[in-house]
Amino acid sequence: MSASPKTVLGWIGESVRRADGTPKTTGEFAYASDLQAAGMLWGHTLRAPHAHARVRGIDLSAALTMPGVHAVLTHEDVPGRKTYGLEFHDQPVLAIDRVRYFGEPVAVVAAEHPEQARRAAERIVVDYEPLPPIADPERATESEPLHPARETYETGHYLDDPRPNVVRSMRVVHGDPDARGDVVVEGTYEIGTQDQAFLGPESGLAVPDGEGGVDIYVATQWLHVDREQVAPCLALPEEQVRIHLAGVGGAFGGREDLSIQIHAALLALHTSRPVKMVYNRQESFTGHVHRHPARIHAQHHATRDGRLVCVKMQILLDGGAYASSSTAVTANATSFACGPYAVPNAHIETTCVFTNNPPCGAMRGFGAVQTCFAAEAQMDKLARALELDPIELRLLNALAPGDTLPTGQRIDGSLPVAEVIRRCAALPEPAPEELPRPAIRLPGGAGNTTRGEGVRRGTGFAVGFKNIAYSEGFDDSCAARVRLFADGSAEVHCAAAEVGQGVTNVILQVARTELETEDVRLAPGTTAAVGSAGSSSASRMTWMAAGAVRDACRAALAERESRGGGEVDVERVYRHRPTAPLDPETGQVGDLPAHVAFACAAMKVVAEVDVDLGLTRIVWIGTAQDVGKAINPQAVEGQIEGGTAQGIGLALMEEIQTRDGVITNASFTDYLIPTALDVPPIVSELVEDPEPDAPYGVKGVGEPPTVVSTAAVVAALRDATGRELSRVPVRPDDIVGLT
Amino acid sequence: MHGRVKISLTINGERREADVWEGESLLFALRERLGLPGSKNACEQGECGSCSVILDGELVCACLVLAAQADGHEVVTVEGPGFEHVQQAFVEAGAVQCGFCTPGLVVATAALLKQTPDPNEDEIREALSGNLCRCTGYAKIFDAVRLAAERA
Repeated sequence: MSASPKTVLGWIGESVRRADGTPKTTGEFAYASDLQAAGMLWGHTLRAPHAHARVRGIDLSAALTMPGVHAVLTHEDVPGRKTYGLEFHDQPVLAIDRVRYFGEPVAVVAAEHPEQARRAAERIVVDYEPLPPIADPERATESEPLHPARETYETGHYLDDPRPNVVRSMRVVHGDPDARGDVVVEGTYEIGTQDQAFLGPESGLAVPDGEGGVDIYVATQWLHVDREQVAPCLALPEEQVRIHLAGVGGAFGGREDLSIQIHAALLALHTSRPVKMVYNRQESFTGHVHRHPARIHAQHHATRDGRLVCVKMQILLDGGAYASSSTAVTANATSFACGPYAVPNAHIETTCVFTNNPPCGAMRGFGAVQTCFAAEAQMDKLARALELDPIELRLLNALAPGDTLPTGQRIDGSLPVAEVIRRCAALPEPAPEELPRPAIRLPGGAGNTTRGEGVRRGTGFAVGFKNIAYSEGFDDSCAARVRLFADGSAEVHCAAAEVGQGVTNVILQVARTELETEDVRLAPGTTAAVGSAGSSSASRMTWMAAGAVRDACRAALAERESRGGGEVDVERVYRHRPTAPLDPETGQVGDLPAHVAFACAAMKVVAEVDVDLGLTRIVWIGTAQDVGKAINPQAVEGQIEGGTAQGIGLALMEEIQTRDGVITNASFTDYLIPTALDVPPIVSELVEDPEPDAPYGVKGVGEPPTVVSTAAVVAALRDATGRELSRVPVRPDDIVGLT
Repeated sequence: MHGRVKISLTINGERREADVWEGESLLFALRERLGLPGSKNACEQGECGSCSVILDGELVCACLVLAAQADGHEVVTVEGPGFEHVQQAFVEAGAVQCGFCTPGLVVATAALLKQTPDPNEDEIREALSGNLCRCTGYAKIFDAVRLAAERA
């Protein structure tokens, strides 16, 4: 598709200011936690203090007599299906006879003041019989099943694994898995549990409509899939459950699963009053899924001149207590395990297990972050063993269109791996800074812990890739509706969740470009006015929304043309090309691909390490990313900078700590995320190599920087210290003592 | 609830009164009782800066101040006057993504520029290190601060 002539402001390819920018700076923008309604009550959730326990009984009598209390509800008050879930409905709305993770919801309270609701919840007496928790994922498959009834799940095309507590296991066997190279390197890698730590806590408002139905205003990533899960639990037809997008304070995967939706609706329908729920930070840490912690064993074989011969990997993912999106994370970890390299022979085995650890699901990068960390460490090891430049080794093995992935899928679209490597490698690194310098420019920062003695500098490089959009045969679609008015203006409806990434602007830019007018409004997202947009996840929303809005705009113009003018109102559904599951035994594709398209990024990191204290400072980051076509270059840079910062966090500081499954650091005091002092200047090169199948050639851009940055940061620390550093986050203890 | 107190304070130049419970923070009172939800509730323990307001000329986290303590004092929130050039700079620089940290950063930036009208990069980083942002990686926030400083 050739670009339209630039006839309007804010068309495709321009760095357009955010449509929601001004209200977000003035405080006028209404986030889910800002909502109010007349007669509103406050909801609060009582959560399990045990990682694993039988629930023998619940006594509500004391709570019900507390001042201001209007309702105290348990699983007995769930009128419909008692469980929900994204892929399997295995998670109780409220605990039934057993709790499987620390913080699992047990009861909900509605009261006039949030403090009254909290105090009433404290008076609920739950008779727990603590059970031994499965806290070590290595032992999950030898333990009693956490979900004894799991055989009833429709696991479809998954490999049949008879072991208990397996969410999904997967195997990719490609070429000759016993092929040997001249040089072999091996390593075991571990990735800690990362939290999305979006700033806007889980929040929402449920308003009963007086006719048995309910309107739920909530911060979410996918309105329609929420409704699909909520309505059966409320025993309501979907039309009586209307879900509206309230302002979302970040998501990063953590809002794919339900939070307050069913609980607030139950309380609202029970009390006939609007009910607002807002998690505090501690509850947010326990109330959503996390990034899967992983243990990965990898063995790489190469020829003497550096060509990869065979990769063997065993990947263990801890899924926590419920399935969430673990099956898809498993598929991604497996599919992208080797990194963006041509690997003729491979044997990859992934097992994702149930444990009593915090539930895991979607987080930016979705399985590819963990494997990129292992695969890139292996590439550096291989470069050392071969005495090759690590960048040359990567170029030598870089995947290119026409090559085949270990799943047998041929790359038939865009994937400029060598280009991103070259463009990133060419970015000039800053010269080492002189000493003395201000403490803030040294490891330890304002803590003033060094004058520069014991500080070593290192440079690291990494490359990563992942898929765009949903895979394995999922029917992935996005609807958009366009109304053209007699005055020449237009209104677009699309349920795509604006989670901060800027899809609002994508929609408006596409509509302005297609309709050749600046006078375009985007209506609020709701299930009541338009079909499903699918999820703001999997780096898919820009592609999918652009496709749907483009098609709806063109259809609207055509209809107005054929009618000779007047107002029109059309809705169109866009689908990307179909995919199909991998063969369950071999992990190989059949006639259709398993993944729609791919995006890659390369990153170079300069770091300084104080080897006396184990403190680090990231000095500079340069990156080149394959973005297809940048619809809004400023917003693309913003995604790269923010995504990189989250990878720095996983590399250096972010980890959910647990003791026997119980989270011990559920606060921003104890779970640290990068501050303004931790993120260095980031230089980004946007590599525009249009995706042939995608509208305007776009690719999603949110995930690749997060996939690659953890690996690149740790590579720099390895270069500075000479240590193996096989676990993230890297702790000061891992670095000290190098004298 | 027991223990209610009446407070009277100046907010954004206006005299306001509120009937609060003695355990409520200034943040809760602003958001839930005074119709000023611009200050955000992201951690409620003074770690993230999303609720930054100016109390008697000082930058504070509204979540760490009891509403009753603010009785008789002067509060400026993000909804108040004097932030326009910072707000405009944040929008232009692309410093806003989800925006949940933005009100706190706008207030903190204005406080920085009042004290240090032409801050260097180290000064910007240090001054804003109490305001967490999870979306942007801060780069465009620093751009916004420099832009606001240039225009002030």
